[in-house]
Amino acid sequence: MRWLTHLLLRAIAAAGFALTFWHFVVWATGVPGFILPGPARVGAALWDKAPLLWEHAQFTAVNLLTGLAAGVALGVVTALNLALSPGARVLLRPMLIFAQAVPVFALAPILTLWLGYGAASKIVIVMLVIYFPVTSAFFDGLMRLPAPMSDLALMMRATPLRRLVLLQVPHALPALGSGLRLAVVYAPFAVIIGEWVGASRGLGYLMLLANGRGQTDLMFAALFVLAAISFLLFAALETLAKGIRA
Amino acid sequence: MIALGVMGDLWMGDAPLIRNLALDIPAGRWSCLLGASGVGKSAIARLIAGLPGPQRLKGRLIARDGLPLAGTVTMMAQGEHLLPWADLVQNVTIGARLRGAQPDMARAHALLAQVGLAGLEHRRPAELSGGQGQRVALARVLIEDAPIVVLDEPFSALDTATRLAMQDLAAALLKGRTVILITHDPLEAIRLSDRAWLLGPCGAEDLGLPEGATPRDFRAPEVLAAQAALLARLHRNIACAG
Repeated sequence: MRWLTHLLLRAIAAAGFALTFWHFVVWATGVPGFILPGPARVGAALWDKAPLLWEHAQFTAVNLLTGLAAGVALGVVTALNLALSPGARVLLRPMLIFAQAVPVFALAPILTLWLGYGAASKIVIVMLVIYFPVTSAFFDGLMRLPAPMSDLALMMRATPLRRLVLLQVPHALPALGSGLRLAVVYAPFAVIIGEWVGASRGLGYLMLLANGRGQTDLMFAALFVLAAISFLLFAALETLAKGIRA
Repeated sequence: MIALGVMGDLWMGDAPLIRNLALDIPAGRWSCLLGASGVGKSAIARLIAGLPGPQRLKGRLIARDGLPLAGTVTMMAQGEHLLPWADLVQNVTIGARLRGAQPDMARAHALLAQVGLAGLEHRRPAELSGGQGQRVALARVLIEDAPIVVLDEPFSALDTATRLAMQDLAAALLKGRTVILITHDPLEAIRLSDRAWLLGPCGAEDLGLPEGATPRDFRAPEVLAAQAALLARLHRNIACAG
């Protein structure tokens, strides 16, 4: 756990520096609060609007986590199927590349049209955005079994399934880890885009609302809550990765 | 115990590599294939182990007992090639698990002790030295109990002292099996083998070896003389007749 404390300390130090700089910029330029509120005003907004922020953050976080879990599960299953079956590679690979070629963010309005303003459209957007990086990273790892391990499987006349489970999957776990790191970075983007396109709840919705009313401090506060969620996600993933490696 | 015959021309893709191979590998003994890098030593190892690659034998590879070779060969290759995520016991039993058999944990522990790694059973390969890694690889070969064992330059990355120790260990533990040792180290060939061939583009030249049991003493005069003669032989260029 020492590394986590370390990470937190470094994050706090960096944040402290950034906050000081921010405060200085606001103070020195005399920028009006509705353009750029100082850290103190944003802090006050965080404190005063905490129940409101908490309510919207819950909606966003649940959608984020659900979409993340669904996208990772779908990506892992796809990669395993692709690795196991040449037939699946012939059929699924072009679809996968096509899925990557279409910018998923551009689908957000369509998905909102189909799935409504509720949670479903946000979950599906997150899922689609992270599906490709997870699948692609894990599949790459699975297919890059070192030749000596491949030879071992041949000499032991392993079935493709045993080769996959005993050699390819453990060998590909670090690659899956890279995919998950990308997923954790993309997922908050995706959920916010989903909420911007159309929502009645969530931090993205709150940001648009606050922006429209000139409550820039609330907008920043929502942004901070989102950043905190992203940071927690990343820290959770790193803890998990360390646990697997140990 | 299985004797092997390797007869014919060895090709690498579209190019001939060794012509007129005629290897008569005796059963239950150590045979050594010696040669420079790129001459096709590993190609023959992969051929015997039944592994895919660009190598093609235009000729015959036969087991003298007339049965198919598949399933009778294990190979230990250069560099230990252990599974970095698994502990030593899991590394030794991976073969059984890949075949779908019940891994014999007691035997794995016993073999790890036999190769001198008692107490390290639950280490990961990254925590081992190069020599210890090769000991694990040797235990992994032994647990398969295959009648034919191909050793493809197994000790070439080790320092001299470790290499000599590993040679003695392998000689003791693989006694009675048909062993094909691929090496570029003349002393290793002379110490360990009952028969040895020098591979070149025109075929395999049968090398004379000193009398006596293996592993031979590297200080014995006849071993030193054989080493000197072999070094002189290697120094000369090999020209193809005809």
